[in-house]
Amino acid sequence: MLAALGIESVDDLFADIPAALRASSLELPEPEPELELAGRLRELAGRNRTDLVSFLGAGVYRHWSPPTVDQLLLRGEWYTAYTPYQPEVSQGTLQSIYEYQSLMAELIGLDVVSASHYDGAAATAEAGLMTCRATRRERVLVSRGVHPHYRATLRAYFGGGLELEEIPLVRDGESAGTTDLAALGSMLADADRPVAGVIAANPDFLGLLEPMPRIAELAHDAGALFVAVIEPVSLAVLAPPGAYGADIAAGEGQPLGIAPQYGGPYLGILASTDALVRQIPGRLVGMTTDLDGKRAFVMTLRAREQDIRRDKAASNICTNQALLALAASIYLATVGPHGLRDVAATGAARASELETALAAIGVERLHRGPYLNEFAVRVPDARSIHRRLIERGFLAGLVLADAEPDDPSLADALLLCATELTTQGDIARFVAALQEVLTGRPSVGVETGAGDTATPIGATR
Amino acid sequence: MSAPSDLRYTRDHEWIKVDGDEATVGITQYAAEQLGDIVFVELPDSGRDLEVAKPFGVVESVKAVSDLYAPISGAVTSTNDALAKEPELVNSDPYGAGWMIKLTIADPTQIDDLLDGSAYDDLVAAG
Repeated sequence: MLAALGIESVDDLFADIPAALRASSLELPEPEPELELAGRLRELAGRNRTDLVSFLGAGVYRHWSPPTVDQLLLRGEWYTAYTPYQPEVSQGTLQSIYEYQSLMAELIGLDVVSASHYDGAAATAEAGLMTCRATRRERVLVSRGVHPHYRATLRAYFGGGLELEEIPLVRDGESAGTTDLAALGSMLADADRPVAGVIAANPDFLGLLEPMPRIAELAHDAGALFVAVIEPVSLAVLAPPGAYGADIAAGEGQPLGIAPQYGGPYLGILASTDALVRQIPGRLVGMTTDLDGKRAFVMTLRAREQDIRRDKAASNICTNQALLALAASIYLATVGPHGLRDVAATGAARASELETALAAIGVERLHRGPYLNEFAVRVPDARSIHRRLIERGFLAGLVLADAEPDDPSLADALLLCATELTTQGDIARFVAALQEVLTGRPSVGVETGAGDTATPIGATR
Repeated sequence: MSAPSDLRYTRDHEWIKVDGDEATVGITQYAAEQLGDIVFVELPDSGRDLEVAKPFGVVESVKAVSDLYAPISGAVTSTNDALAKEPELVNSDPYGAGWMIKLTIADPTQIDDLLDGSAYDDLVAAG
């Protein structure tokens, strides 16, 4: 083969890549027998702490996933992350993507949903770029209430010359922890630097509900588009982006039947109004009729995409997470609208119970505004408390200083989350353990057996 | 069919028609045939300053998307709003109802640099 190619070694195939960019060596261990390797992988996997009672959310949420989700995903016909090449032959795959788009459009209240992106951060960054293309402006404002990882991804996408600025959060009072509307107003008023888009999250990273209609209004008054970063389960009980004037919605689809997994793969949701359909990146599946008048599914608006438009494509950092989009579709179809409302409402109820139980031992919320199922609390020496609770079998949410090191108002604070999987027994034992860690004394009078049953979803249907 | 002799042409297959101190721009019949059924035309807002040879819009067919390049520099005075509802006018009447923009003429000497009808026919014939 080498002789046929007229080269002497496989390395010659890579001669066009500058030497400085090539890996000099791969430090791989020696080959191992399969049995030994399996044992070692088991040992590595065993280091994961899956036994902890978790109050961690911060962008990734634990939910009950009906067995139908994983069982149906095991079918070989579905096993691809991609849209098939020669897609119209694969009507089943296209139909599943179309159904994903339809379910999401109904949940979000916008006209168009793409066939999915890498994750919520990538979808949010694409939304930012969409606002620049649509308005021919080059400045985007993102609230500091948007997840710090999403903001980091936005910075990476905007590094090529577009401007990205952060809107501060309100520091004190009733609205503390939400987007500072006065600051937003003055940033939008700079006539020499017109704003393409404003990005805010609901709930925000700190779990608080944002004044989305007001932010949308401010953005639109300045001729900018409004991007809502959403958590899909919350849309069963909160107003959807389409109801408060968002032009684009982006978010992480993991809570819809996809297990929390470190590093993904996850599911980026991206939706827009019909007016922006040619700016939305990624695959779109449409429904039509074939020559015989029968229903058929097609890839539509292909011409925006990179295989046709090359460097002018709507995105060249773009894929489809078809399998995970399917998981989300099966999840939504299984729990239904009532079930999804149960999931969201039960998480909110548990979080409220958690807040009350924490207040009873003197641990107070950091902010005063309304939240859904996640909130921040102030504790002395949060990092140490967090570590000592892990020793006691509890994952005490997120140490906020680790996520937002530059914000002094978030020092010594934990971000705690409850979902429908959080039991009342979990809450009682967690609060008791926290009290023990805070006071150095064992707590008394905690029931340890009661209230361990998670609410069955769909029970109130 | 040969290109109309009263128009000037770019090597990127746009035509331009001069009328006093204003010019009208579209794409040639050859370009429209090569693109196939045109489904969408994206045009600039009125008032935008165009620079010669820079993209000013996009034409999209079922199988391709192409940039539109300004034949000359000038400010857009109007655009063909009919193309929003009936982009197929570009296929059916590329030199008439399928026109795209009207603009001012910033520098008349730029028109002299463009191809005339027979030179454009030669370009198309040469493939």
